[in-house]
Amino acid sequence: MLEKALSGSKYYWSWIFGLLVVIAVGVACWFWQYTVGLTITGLSRDVVWGFYIAQFTFLVGVAASAVMVVLPYYLHNFKAFGKMTILGEFLAISAVIMCMLFIFVDMGMPNRILNVFLYPTPHSMMFWDTVALGGYLVLNIIISHFTLAAERREEPPPRWLKPVILLSIPWAVSIHTVTAFLYAGLAARPFWLTAILAPRFLASAFAAGPALLILLAFFVRRISSFDAGQQAIDTLAKIVTYAMTINVFFVLMEVFTAVYSDIPEHLTHFQFLFTGIEGESTLVPWMWTSSLLAIVALVVLINPKTRGNHSWLLFGCVAVVASLWIDKGLGMVIAGFVPNTLGQVVHYSPTAPELLISLSIYAIGLLVITGLYKIALEVRGQLRKATTN
Amino acid sequence: MTESRRGFLKLAGLSAVAVAGSAAVSAKATRSEGHEPPATTGKRLALVVDLRKFAKDDALFAAVVEACHKAHSVPDFGDDAKNEVKWIWTEPFETAFHSEEFHYIREDLKGKPTLLLCNHCDNPPCTRVCPTQATWKRAEDGVVMMDWHRCIGCRYCVVACPYGSRSFNWKDPRKAANLAGLDPKAFPTRMRGVVEKCTFCDERLARGEEPACVAACPNGEMAFGDLNDPASEVRRLLTEHLAIRRRPGLGTQPEVYYIVEDPRSLMEVAPAAEVFEVEEGGHA
Repeated sequence: MLEKALSGSKYYWSWIFGLLVVIAVGVACWFWQYTVGLTITGLSRDVVWGFYIAQFTFLVGVAASAVMVVLPYYLHNFKAFGKMTILGEFLAISAVIMCMLFIFVDMGMPNRILNVFLYPTPHSMMFWDTVALGGYLVLNIIISHFTLAAERREEPPPRWLKPVILLSIPWAVSIHTVTAFLYAGLAARPFWLTAILAPRFLASAFAAGPALLILLAFFVRRISSFDAGQQAIDTLAKIVTYAMTINVFFVLMEVFTAVYSDIPEHLTHFQFLFTGIEGESTLVPWMWTSSLLAIVALVVLINPKTRGNHSWLLFGCVAVVASLWIDKGLGMVIAGFVPNTLGQVVHYSPTAPELLISLSIYAIGLLVITGLYKIALEVRGQLRKATTN
Repeated sequence: MTESRRGFLKLAGLSAVAVAGSAAVSAKATRSEGHEPPATTGKRLALVVDLRKFAKDDALFAAVVEACHKAHSVPDFGDDAKNEVKWIWTEPFETAFHSEEFHYIREDLKGKPTLLLCNHCDNPPCTRVCPTQATWKRAEDGVVMMDWHRCIGCRYCVVACPYGSRSFNWKDPRKAANLAGLDPKAFPTRMRGVVEKCTFCDERLARGEEPACVAACPNGEMAFGDLNDPASEVRRLLTEHLAIRRRPGLGTQPEVYYIVEDPRSLMEVAPAAEVFEVEEGGHA
């Protein structure tokens, strides 16, 4: 089936070429980082995790969100998601691959990565996260491959696949829960030491992932005759609305606990994010943008009239993804380190090579999803002739 | 970790629990007022820093840091704080104990440099999070060790340490000016991409010597020994003086103690009633 990704129009190939250029720049930067060390990033003795790990965290959510289409389709027999599931699973595959790459580029000794498996350590959450992510990738590859192959032969999927699909549902929840546990179990970092971190991660994931899926479905419909279906999009929009509402509710709970209890070591991280402390206010404009986008998104999505309108829905989904990307892909990780464990206010901002390496990982993710979506659309014979000229 | 797990298992009588549940409950089980001797054999090595003695000699800090960093080929990148690697260093007293909020403290402590290093916690969070067991608590004496050949450089231990005691090699330490022309027989240098920290001079302990920092102190400003030995110097110091530890509320059981006060010296100058107040209220 992979050969289907290897033929296409000149638009297809220019897109692929463009991605490859971005990837090449990032790979060159990574070789530089590998030679010189992580000193070329903005990371320091105080802020030891930054942009890479934050992207990883955001993308684990995107990966987990496939469950929002898989679960209604397979558990509740919600037929409208029939066409959407494959898009969701392919998005998950692409997101997990990006997650793994972000971990890989963050490692000081990437050549020793196998040590995680050579010395398996059940008391480390990172070990479980590796197991969960790896397993989730394998599950999604198996599921999407066999459903698509069966569809190509115009047969129903093999019977043994059903339990594998059912297993992927709790597995999806586990990847983001364990990722939250990476942070939430540390006495040293009061900002993350909150029981609501995992629920909040899941809520934000189930908002951002399906929002991204709606955007992708719109795009696919534009370039092909493949239509995920109006009902599917409407239902996904409702899922985004509920998940985003719950996420904002969870965030407000965190803010209340920190502000009302007035415990300095909890409050100070929120001050760093929203007001700045001791002149360190790098993230303040970002966090207010994120908050504003969240409010706007909720207004647009909760109102059934705007949610039902495609342009507004598109806008709402972009607002959700942007808001949550800022929250998780910037604020959440960095705020855990400022102030540091000695109460000192420190500065972090990513460097150009750090951003280029990150950008290239996103380009790899886009390349994977382009190839996979192309396969799916070709198998279904629905790629518009106009784009293949 | 092992001890606390064991303690928890005894308490709960469960053999199989979810990892998260176990971690949460075991942390609770180890929260105790005093020091709990390890269930395993032998020693519990600890360090006592006498801040009163250090207050008398401001030049000593530099000598102690120098002794450690020289003994362990720790790279010196000058003012480059971003890439800094340090095993032992000083911070003002109020920063070292920032969560304690000392407002009206004695002049001899105010802003005074205070030596910080790995606390060799009895319940170390860093070893708990390491995905490859490249850092672990040595069963025989409680020293928190590092294997620089196994570390994958994920820096999870740095994130988990509440004391800022761990350094990551952001760049090649061998390129630091102070390590140029290093004696090949000296303590091996590390490579870029791994985490390092104080190991209580395990190489010196193996030879029966005290840690380099302790050896650099001329008048017993630092004492090192086995807390499980009632006759040891560290036990005597902790029994006779009021000593504090950094952030004990986190349950990590740090094994570096700081003597800040000598109750007997108070008794000599203050009437009995005031001493009582000092002991009860803690307004030192």
